[in-house]
Amino acid sequence: MEPVRVQKAAFDPGQELNAFSATVPGAGAVVSFSGITRDLAEGALDVMEIEHYPGMTEKALSAIHDEAMTRFSLTGAMILHRYGRLAAGDPIMMVATAARHRAAAFAAAEFLMDYLKSRAPFWKKEVTPEGARWVAARAEDEEALTRW
Amino acid sequence: MKIDVHYFAWLRERLGTGRETVETEAGTVAELIDELRARDEGYAHAFSDTGALRAAVDQDLVEFDASLDGAREVAFFPPMTGG
Repeated sequence: MEPVRVQKAAFDPGQELNAFSATVPGAGAVVSFSGITRDLAEGALDVMEIEHYPGMTEKALSAIHDEAMTRFSLTGAMILHRYGRLAAGDPIMMVATAARHRAAAFAAAEFLMDYLKSRAPFWKKEVTPEGARWVAARAEDEEALTRW
Repeated sequence: MKIDVHYFAWLRERLGTGRETVETEAGTVAELIDELRARDEGYAHAFSDTGALRAAVDQDLVEFDASLDGAREVAFFPPMTGG
């Protein structure tokens, strides 16, 4: 299984987690996080469009993956991120980490999420009946990096 | 020198293009921005607030004072919103 995947196609987080777990024998802990397309308050999201920078995306995610492997002495890690058009409720992305013990697996999953939030070249656009708007980056996401 | 310049998200929409080849003598990313701004009002407007933009050289995130020496590809985009 490729540890870093960027794809247009939908995926099943449960299936991905099982496949990942099968590749990390000896790990005592597996942690996963799935990001799901959130609807707007009024149920008004027609579609979420995710744009990315082919080439740089894979390069950035691979660097983040390798950094996590080393820093947390992981048995394995995977990152999967979609682009294209998504509907509310669709899984957008997931990360999974495997380690000897749970503390490293939890921390590594948070590390991966914090980094890919503001260091992987993806941009989200919400399309509603009233029009479309680019999702603004949040200062908290940038600040979250300072803890690592 | 010729450099491939890529634009993403609202910057791409505002400029009406996602990619172009630019003939430039700029030594840094900031100098390239100055050259682009000088082109016309559309570029000047799109690059008016560089605090709202990020840059990458050959697919690595950089600061605006980064050198373009040997660069093949530069990209400009708003802060990323992955996850």
